[in-house]
Amino acid sequence: MFWLQPADFDAIRLSFKVACAATLLATPLGIGVAYLLVHTRIPGKSLIEGIVNLPLVLPPVVIGYLLLVLFGRRGWIGSWLLEYDIQVIFTLTGAIVASAVVGFPLLVRSIRLGMESVDPAYRQVARTLGASGWDAFFTVTLPLSGKAVFAGMTLMFARSLGEFGATIILAGNIPGVTQTIPLAIYEYTSSPGGDRMALSLCLVSIALSFMVLLVSGAAGKTLDRR
Amino acid sequence: MRLVVSAHKQLGRFRFHADCDLTGHRVGLFGPSGSGKSTLMHLIAGLLKPDHGSIRLDDTVLFDSRLGINLPPEQRRIGVVFQHAHLFPHLSVRRNLLYGWRRTPEPQRHIEPEAIIEALHLGHLLDRGVNLLSGGERQRVALGRAVLTCPRLILMDEPLTGLDEELKFQIMPYLNSVFSRFDIPLLFISHSLLEMRLMTEQVLVMEQGETKRQTSAEELAQAAWAAPRQGYVNLLKLGRPEPLGDLWSYQWGEARLILTEHAEHRENVFELDARDILLFKRHPEATSARNLLPCTVRKLFTVGNRVRVELQCGSRQLIVQIVPESMRELGLEEGREVVAVIKASSFRRLI
Repeated sequence: MFWLQPADFDAIRLSFKVACAATLLATPLGIGVAYLLVHTRIPGKSLIEGIVNLPLVLPPVVIGYLLLVLFGRRGWIGSWLLEYDIQVIFTLTGAIVASAVVGFPLLVRSIRLGMESVDPAYRQVARTLGASGWDAFFTVTLPLSGKAVFAGMTLMFARSLGEFGATIILAGNIPGVTQTIPLAIYEYTSSPGGDRMALSLCLVSIALSFMVLLVSGAAGKTLDRR
Repeated sequence: MRLVVSAHKQLGRFRFHADCDLTGHRVGLFGPSGSGKSTLMHLIAGLLKPDHGSIRLDDTVLFDSRLGINLPPEQRRIGVVFQHAHLFPHLSVRRNLLYGWRRTPEPQRHIEPEAIIEALHLGHLLDRGVNLLSGGERQRVALGRAVLTCPRLILMDEPLTGLDEELKFQIMPYLNSVFSRFDIPLLFISHSLLEMRLMTEQVLVMEQGETKRQTSAEELAQAAWAAPRQGYVNLLKLGRPEPLGDLWSYQWGEARLILTEHAEHRENVFELDARDILLFKRHPEATSARNLLPCTVRKLFTVGNRVRVELQCGSRQLIVQIVPESMRELGLEEGREVVAVIKASSFRRLI
């Protein structure tokens, strides 16, 4: 790929890092939230559901701004994190946080649908066979919704690869630090003569997305066969 | 086993109330669908919580609303076999079987997996996925899985419903052998009278969400006969057959019966419809029927245009259904000697 600049490779590497980290960090949390929504009868369930789904309908820029307010030096979370010397804004962590928040509803939705489609009788059988509630969840419900968890992770990964609005506000557009593929494309298109380089990164982006689809399709089939 | 249930539960508009004291090794729970049989099973297993009341099994309190006791299902040690086996689709047959066994504390594991695998003939299926099993195999695995938790009681919720006739009777010997070999009390739920008679000794009858009465399976079948368009089948336990020309001869009490059908087990169950038996006043000298049994009339019972005749044949009993006209012509009355005539082909092998 002779037409790619060294900075472009940085962007590709960063995109992968951000998408992987965001997906892996969000998955346990997504499973937990889906469990709360499906299997428990807690008050304010619809409120939790609303908050989780909000990023799906809000403009990413708005989310980015809200995150900036929260994680800024004087924000609720930001000021607390500062005590431990952790800075979120304009860092790789910021990019990961932005991607995780934006992709989270996709993940939860998918896992939740999967868990709801598991016949509750399996859990009951597991309980009568001597499994506690948690044991039954981890050995029966979760494996049976494994396909949905994986589908949710794929969706979230793909969404994170393309995250732009929230990232640029929370993490900025710093080459080599927070500049992922979409941000790099944005920079190319806004500088004179960058069209060619923008196009080559677009092609990389298309190839990557297609690969994600292929991998998820293949994995889905393997899970089916089990 | 002694199971004492006194529980109340409101499910939407369905009111469930159980009040019973069951003692026995093989108890049936009989009633039409929607009568609350499954609700009672869920309450006993701990999958549903009564609104108030108490449930105790032997000397363990499973639930008591006044004492605030509600043992979770995993601590009740009650095995359940559901109508749809509900084998875990993501596990192999082996791992399904061992799911409960692995979770059973070591001191309580008195049944070895090898023994149950052999008793249920599951050896060749162990490494298969459960989605490729037939209906009968699935139920056998589900039973093995429940038995391997070494439970104090096994609940079977219509385990044979949904299997075809032939398969049903193929599975019953497995059930019988497992329950007698491993000595586990059984609560068998079904709406089939025949299954009740083959699987249980005592029966608790449920109707419209309430436990009604306790009776024996045999009495239940005889009581059901009084309802219009209900027949009665005699269930005959016959030993190993001996060849007799091209027919088979079986010992039945003091008499020998001649059948067209061969059976290979040591104990076989045949059904004989009460309407397929003819009664003669005296011994007919020659007849095409192969079985001629001298009997005594024990009891007569008339409903509409049907008469139920209870016969004593040596130590065994036989129930015959005739019409009132025949009863008058034969001059039937209690204590009278008659000859019951049965064709060799009237018997149908069940188990």
